[in-house]
Amino acid sequence: MATPRYPRFDTLSLHAGQKPDPITGARAVPIFQTASYVFRDTDHAAAVFNGERAGHVYSRITNPTNAVLEERIAALEGGIGAIATASGQAAMHLAISTLMGAGSHVVSSRSLYGGSHNLLSYTLPRFGIETSFVDPRDAEAFGAALRPNTRLVFAEILGNPGLEVLDVPAVADIAHRAGLPLMIDSTFATPYLFKPFDHGADLLFHSATKFLSGHGTVIGGLLVDSGRFEWTDSDKFPTLTEPYAGFHDLVFAEEYGPAAFITRARKEGARDFGACMSATTAFQILQGIETLPLRMRHHVDNTRKLVAYLNAHPAVESVIYPELPDHPDHALAERLLPRGAGAVFSFNLAGGREAGRRFIESLQLFSHLANVGDAKSLVIHPASTTHHRMDADALRAAGISEGMIRLSVGLEDPEDLMEDLERALRESQK
Amino acid sequence: MRISVDNKRVYAYTGSRALTPDQETVVFVHGAGLDHSVWLLQSRYFAHHGRNVLAVDLPEHGQSEGPALPDIETMAAWVKNLLVALDIQRASVVGHSMGALVALETGAKASERVERLALLGISAPMPVNDALLQAARANDHQAYDMINLWGHNRSVQLGGNPVPGLWMSAQTLRLLERSRPGVLYRDLRACTAYQRGLESAQQLQGPVLILLARQDRMTPPVAAEPLIRRIRDKQRIVLENCGHQMLSEKPDSVLDALKDFLS
Repeated sequence: MATPRYPRFDTLSLHAGQKPDPITGARAVPIFQTASYVFRDTDHAAAVFNGERAGHVYSRITNPTNAVLEERIAALEGGIGAIATASGQAAMHLAISTLMGAGSHVVSSRSLYGGSHNLLSYTLPRFGIETSFVDPRDAEAFGAALRPNTRLVFAEILGNPGLEVLDVPAVADIAHRAGLPLMIDSTFATPYLFKPFDHGADLLFHSATKFLSGHGTVIGGLLVDSGRFEWTDSDKFPTLTEPYAGFHDLVFAEEYGPAAFITRARKEGARDFGACMSATTAFQILQGIETLPLRMRHHVDNTRKLVAYLNAHPAVESVIYPELPDHPDHALAERLLPRGAGAVFSFNLAGGREAGRRFIESLQLFSHLANVGDAKSLVIHPASTTHHRMDADALRAAGISEGMIRLSVGLEDPEDLMEDLERALRESQK
Repeated sequence: MRISVDNKRVYAYTGSRALTPDQETVVFVHGAGLDHSVWLLQSRYFAHHGRNVLAVDLPEHGQSEGPALPDIETMAAWVKNLLVALDIQRASVVGHSMGALVALETGAKASERVERLALLGISAPMPVNDALLQAARANDHQAYDMINLWGHNRSVQLGGNPVPGLWMSAQTLRLLERSRPGVLYRDLRACTAYQRGLESAQQLQGPVLILLARQDRMTPPVAAEPLIRRIRDKQRIVLENCGHQMLSEKPDSVLDALKDFLS
């Protein structure tokens, strides 16, 4: 027998998780727009309910369309399984609430999406979960912030909006030496640009609203488990290693082995918190993932052109993109992100806040809105929008200036994008 | 549950249920480099339907203490010792792949303790591909990849897991990656070295289910025929569109076959 090979990324993007429908022969993934599923008989019903047979009970917990999406992202990331959630925020909450309860602690990068910062800073403390924020460029700071009750280390692969590149292998090593998992928000990279599990991360999530779906049409999240973290090595994770009264004293780590975390997240978190994804949304995200490799290549190509253009423009004070030699994480980006450092970047405009306002209002192709990862190019002023709840000190700590502009580069002709930017830059300096 | 067998700590999954003396017992024996969790769906079903279940971790597998046992005959003696340690007079033994060889040998050598035998994904002899053996000997990850890719029906490499949301290919891989260094090699070497299968088959006394898979590239159905011919009281089932890893590829079909056979 010849040495076997796994299907490659582009093939998995199109096929993973799906077989043509056995009843109709439908080639596309059917949208199973149903709340529930008919059991064969009472024995079958009891067995599916009790985890003795595979199958679907209720679409809050599993759905056949969502299952294709979950398998597909697990395959692309190299994970053991995934759960589709109502949003990226729901995925993050599901992970944290599966791992810990009141009295626990998270060590997180301080350079985060504003929504994640809100959850960790303001909302979870009401439920007894505290977070210490550290500089993502200082791997040792993650270790220094650990406490006996820490249960998770968390960061984004590309910080928001400063594009700090996380040294995932170094931070994973620190987390693992403390017996803790590392979770990555990999939204900006997608598995095409970076696969966190290949570098030591244990859990990851995506806002699938962004590049995975790719067209700005849906809200969705995906939580993925590598299946590699050994939950039984300590007594830190009783939700996985002790009997669960909510499921007949089931011990997830014993019954499900490497799939313990993702199974508990589904059997408890999806069941009880209920932040599920609709089948129609799952279908649209699947459609997006089918072209993910093609789109990401073009997103990155366009981004590189715009970065070079802006970096040479007299109205621009600085451009923040890890592929630029003066970016503090340039070498790390070359090592971890050889296919590209994403399609979202920031720049500081000469003239501060007022110039920023004139710039944004003069753009015609770039859409001014709170999102990234659309096929269309987007622009926003973080200090007044995504990060508006942060005070001046927090903004400074997160590397955000008042004149900072964030672009999400789409798939338009790059010449048209540069012409749009040129026009707006001229207006900004009047 | 955790018990002691041959003065070593052993883990056996029971479905979170205490063993009950008046219930029949089913012992599940996993394949090379794996652990009890491969039987999750099937063992959980029987544990919640009036059976004592012992889905064991063989020595140095899963949560059981080492060292790994050197050959199939010793593994079979270990299964008998497990039953003796728990004072179980008779049990049905279900095994997959290497576990099926262990079940076969247990049935031949400890017939007084065995009610019924279910042999899943079996051939006798069970020669292991030399490239796989060499990779396993070197603790090379490629050994896990070979088992994963050859062990599954080709279509499974693109997904379609009956268990929603899990990527089957990674499920098998993660279990193999958890095996301790050298364990997979010792298991595979035990499979290759076991030559008593046909002789043992002739000694079996009770009913035997042989469950095979049409697309099995590791123990193809044709390779089981010499064994099947020597078993007196037998039932042979071949699962369609299924590879060697039938427990994850066709969990319901396997459960249905076991339910019918063990009833």
